[in-house]
Amino acid sequence: MTHTLANGRPPAEYDLPNPDPRSDGEVEELLSIWARPTGWRIITAVNNTVIGIFYIGTAFLFFLLAGLLALVMRTQLAVPENDLIGQDLYNQLFTVHGTTMMFLFAVPAVEALGVMLLPQMLAARDLPFPRLSAFAVWAYVAGGLVFFSTVFYDLAPKGGWFMYTPLTLKEFSPGDNADFWLLGIGFIEISAIAGAVEIVVGTLKTRPPGMSLAKMPIFAWAMLIFAAMIIFAFPAVILGTMLLEIERSFDWPFFSAERGGDPLLWQHLFWFFGHPEVYIIFLPAAGLVSMIVSTMARRPLVGHDLIVVALIGTGFFSFGLWVHHMFTTGIPSLSLAFFSAASMAVAVPSGIQVFSWIATIAASKERFRINTPSLFVLGFLFIFTVGGLTGIMVALVPVDFQVHDSYFVVAHFHYVLIGGMVFPLFATFYYWLPMASRNMLSERVGRWVFWLMFIGFNVTFFPMHITGLRGMPRRVWTYPGDVGWDALNMISTVGAYIFAAGIALFVVDLARRFRPVITGSGGLDNPWGASTLEWLPNDVYSTRSIPLVTSRDPLWDQPNLPEEVEKGHHFLPNAPTGGRETIVTSAIEGRPQYIIRMPGPGFAHVIAAIFTAAFFLLLTIKAVTVAAICGVVAIVAMLVWTWGLDQGPGAGEVDIGAGVKLPTYMSGPSSHAWWATVVLVLVAGSLYLAYVFSYLYLWVVSPEVWAPNGSPSLPGVVWPWTSAGLVLAGGVSLMIASSLLPAPGQRGVAAPLLFVFTTICLVAAVATNLWGHWQSGLRPTENAYGAMVYMAGVLDGQLAFALVMMLAVAAVRCLAGRLDRVRRVSYENAALLFGYALLQILFGLLLVHGFPRAMS
Amino acid sequence: MTRRGFTTLGFTFGAATVLGGCSGPQSVFDASGAEAQEIMPLFWTVTGIAVAVTVLVITVSAIAVFAPVHWRRHLTSEKFVVAFGIFLPVFVLSGLLTYGLLVMQAGSARSRSAEGPGVTIIGEQWWWRVIYDGPEGEEIVSANELRLPVGRPVAIRLQSDNVIHSFWAPQLGGKLDMIPGRTNTLTVEAIEPGISRAQCAEYCGGAHALMSMYVVAMEPDDYRQWLEAEVNPATKPADAVRREGQRLFIAHGCGGCHAVRGTPAAGTIGPDLTHVGSRHSLAAARLPNDPQSFRRWLTDNQHIKPDNFMPEYDVFSDSELDAIAAYLDGLE
Repeated sequence: MTHTLANGRPPAEYDLPNPDPRSDGEVEELLSIWARPTGWRIITAVNNTVIGIFYIGTAFLFFLLAGLLALVMRTQLAVPENDLIGQDLYNQLFTVHGTTMMFLFAVPAVEALGVMLLPQMLAARDLPFPRLSAFAVWAYVAGGLVFFSTVFYDLAPKGGWFMYTPLTLKEFSPGDNADFWLLGIGFIEISAIAGAVEIVVGTLKTRPPGMSLAKMPIFAWAMLIFAAMIIFAFPAVILGTMLLEIERSFDWPFFSAERGGDPLLWQHLFWFFGHPEVYIIFLPAAGLVSMIVSTMARRPLVGHDLIVVALIGTGFFSFGLWVHHMFTTGIPSLSLAFFSAASMAVAVPSGIQVFSWIATIAASKERFRINTPSLFVLGFLFIFTVGGLTGIMVALVPVDFQVHDSYFVVAHFHYVLIGGMVFPLFATFYYWLPMASRNMLSERVGRWVFWLMFIGFNVTFFPMHITGLRGMPRRVWTYPGDVGWDALNMISTVGAYIFAAGIALFVVDLARRFRPVITGSGGLDNPWGASTLEWLPNDVYSTRSIPLVTSRDPLWDQPNLPEEVEKGHHFLPNAPTGGRETIVTSAIEGRPQYIIRMPGPGFAHVIAAIFTAAFFLLLTIKAVTVAAICGVVAIVAMLVWTWGLDQGPGAGEVDIGAGVKLPTYMSGPSSHAWWATVVLVLVAGSLYLAYVFSYLYLWVVSPEVWAPNGSPSLPGVVWPWTSAGLVLAGGVSLMIASSLLPAPGQRGVAAPLLFVFTTICLVAAVATNLWGHWQSGLRPTENAYGAMVYMAGVLDGQLAFALVMMLAVAAVRCLAGRLDRVRRVSYENAALLFGYALLQILFGLLLVHGFPRAMS
Repeated sequence: MTRRGFTTLGFTFGAATVLGGCSGPQSVFDASGAEAQEIMPLFWTVTGIAVAVTVLVITVSAIAVFAPVHWRRHLTSEKFVVAFGIFLPVFVLSGLLTYGLLVMQAGSARSRSAEGPGVTIIGEQWWWRVIYDGPEGEEIVSANELRLPVGRPVAIRLQSDNVIHSFWAPQLGGKLDMIPGRTNTLTVEAIEPGISRAQCAEYCGGAHALMSMYVVAMEPDDYRQWLEAEVNPATKPADAVRREGQRLFIAHGCGGCHAVRGTPAAGTIGPDLTHVGSRHSLAAARLPNDPQSFRRWLTDNQHIKPDNFMPEYDVFSDSELDAIAAYLDGLE
């Protein structure tokens, strides 16, 4: 290795965990345990390297499809007064283009890269919840394809990708078109939350021994922050889509001004998600760039810690910017000033990253290597800088008054998104492809691809700045010939075809040279001389043994690592429990804690995904009965899928090397299941906070419809007290159940009875509260206040439904001898969620019954 | 001349032709309103800074990639990252933010000084209902054209009773949304007489692309005269053809949607046509204002502006169409 003394540091000294030669059978055993299903059964696979390829492939397919829509639109706009495609189709095309690019390409693509790269980068054998990822992928594939196909039969949404109300309400958008948008985003909500669970638990709990947080690769940092942002940003849009669909279907007036709703509530909820969304897309890409730059410079990143702080800072700031999409809605000057300042502040973390990359390039050993990945990185650097600077222009409120919703903004966000995400993605394709393919892509063709894309991009989008300043608004299907926009539009159209030619060339090269590694050893070994663990010798089981990591750049600083790992001298060189497993380490320091046993291929999660997709699709076209059947099938499939999980401590302790004996079972706060449930609780909590915001927001806008003056008086205090008493009784019963769980291996009846009692209390608590409001005469369709009151019940009911399912499963498992005092994860998950539900319900009672009383 | 020289020359020439001079009736570069003029120096300042920073990034990147080691090594410290990545942006952005807020302040001050009669514009799908405050405080209903007096800040009250629209007359100033349930007030002050173009800037469904209108800035005296005339009911048809046109207009129920003051036509669903003949365009700047356009609109409006709420009338004979067109064209 030429990189032994990178940074002048001597290689770290360590004793090999398993110094003795290994027996021959171990590799065969690992191969058979981790074997990928072959033939059509590949769809049952859960290996991250298989579903990762499906995931990226599907996302890339959507990129191509949405790109084709863009070409059609550019052709329509090439000349003024063009009649090529009509108004209605154009309106569908730009809606589907934006929606597909954001929700079916950008977010899934970065998630897919997380699925594909993170386990290998962390030398884990797989993601902590392999079937969850596979489920998310298949739901996304099925739902995404059906959503996209609506464009072929005039059913596509046409309200714009941000679907502003009231245009998207039933009155102005009859038909199912808008519902398909809500459906499309529903799938990305599911797969995003699933991805967040995987990534949080994966980066925090499945790192190799010795890899403390400080030694974690920068991409893993970016993905961790990405996941955290999903947890806090997505719930706002989840709530928004729930409110919109409920208003469309059941006429609860959240957004209708004449009944006390407010169209701007949608904008707040949408952009509270929508702005962080941009950084959700950009941060992982920035993480990838950091890794490629460091490799091509053959140097560790200059300002590594600054970059980590910048990533965290971006994530943090991005939640304080959403109103800058609403500068022209007539909000008060003070808000304008605050959000203008915050929008500028977010430029600082980007500045840190840009100059850190430049410093790293300058620090290159010999010279910065120029090849296709690094060209795309340099192209990204230029385009993203320009996009960031026009971002500062639109952050200036007076300038935004002019350019908002004009082609200037179209230019700006394509510079940010294509520059900030698509160029790094292509760099990633060229750089990481050797991990998944026996061939690399052609370097010669790669140059052509880059220059066509780079020139085509700038020719397309740079003139749009001027088109916008000359007054051309967004989302117009045609324009007059006498206002000075025709030549600029023609240039943009020509550029779009050049850009498309670059991508077409890439697809051809991909078809010629991409040969996925189906069997045998994983791709080429470290063709770029990189420093991180994904370039260790790989096979279906990931690495032969899991390395002891002593450095941030292990492949540079631990020169013998590939050989040691391949010979099984590091941790867990075998499969002591006889199944799929990997090491779980502590979140901060990376100390080994236990062995996680993971499920293998299966049909249940695939069936669950397909029928979940079918459920939502059929609901969209109002085929309620068939939808309900599909929903039941999906739930049954999920129960089958989870039945075999939580295998208990039967496999005892195992020796992973270096004298470390680890348990093969864990419950409580150290277990991955506990962490995953905590992530879900955070999502639920964010969702509820978005609800509380919406409740108070509508009160500020329309206090006149609030009880007791504008609506029937609140029910007497006996109702909320009864509801609170019931849910508390359920909580006490669930706590008692903990100590009544049977002894290990035994079956029990007492605990299941208490689970049933808890369920009854919970459902009764939610129902009591709703009934109280109903008998007071309040109706959800009456006004925004009524809608908000019942919406609290919907959110409580949703939690109650989840808990009924979980407690039913726990009860059955207890009766079947699969839940006891030690093997208790299914109880703990339910209890954790119940604890949260209890807090939410009590808080909701305080808000809904207390707030109007306090204000009157 | 070197290649770079050509490039520079080309760029300068290109920039001058593209940006300078008369760049269109809807261009922010041809500012003719106070707000639009105040924004331009801010715009050029931030554009200058953006170009400078782009050049800086390209230069240091080029040094980092291509320069010999003894040049490059000055860029490799964290101090460099802190100086260019933190201090430079904080310094520049603080200045820009302050400047931007000052420009905003000027706008607020103008809003407070707008004391004269104002205008209400209501966004419709896909046209503009324009209601002037008359001399006696009465409402003067018009449509699809905005007239303003030069030299006086005018408060424009923006409303909608359907979906969200946004009023944007780039030569006058920035845009402001028309949101159901709210009234947003935009204050504009035309500096010089002239005609510019406004367009809906918030996607409002179907024919959003075709929702524009002309903005006519007039000398105060001309404006006063025009407004006094606008109060009046419609002029009587001047000849037999136009009288026949009016008869057809009333007989076919056009008054169910359109108002022509002084006649039985009093509909409020579509644009008020009392003085439609004096406007600079038809159908929200979709067509020129001439008899031929009226004819086309009557028979072919779903092609001219798809999805608009007016049905196409194919019941009229050629001469009847001519009569209606002549009648409407005469409503000055």
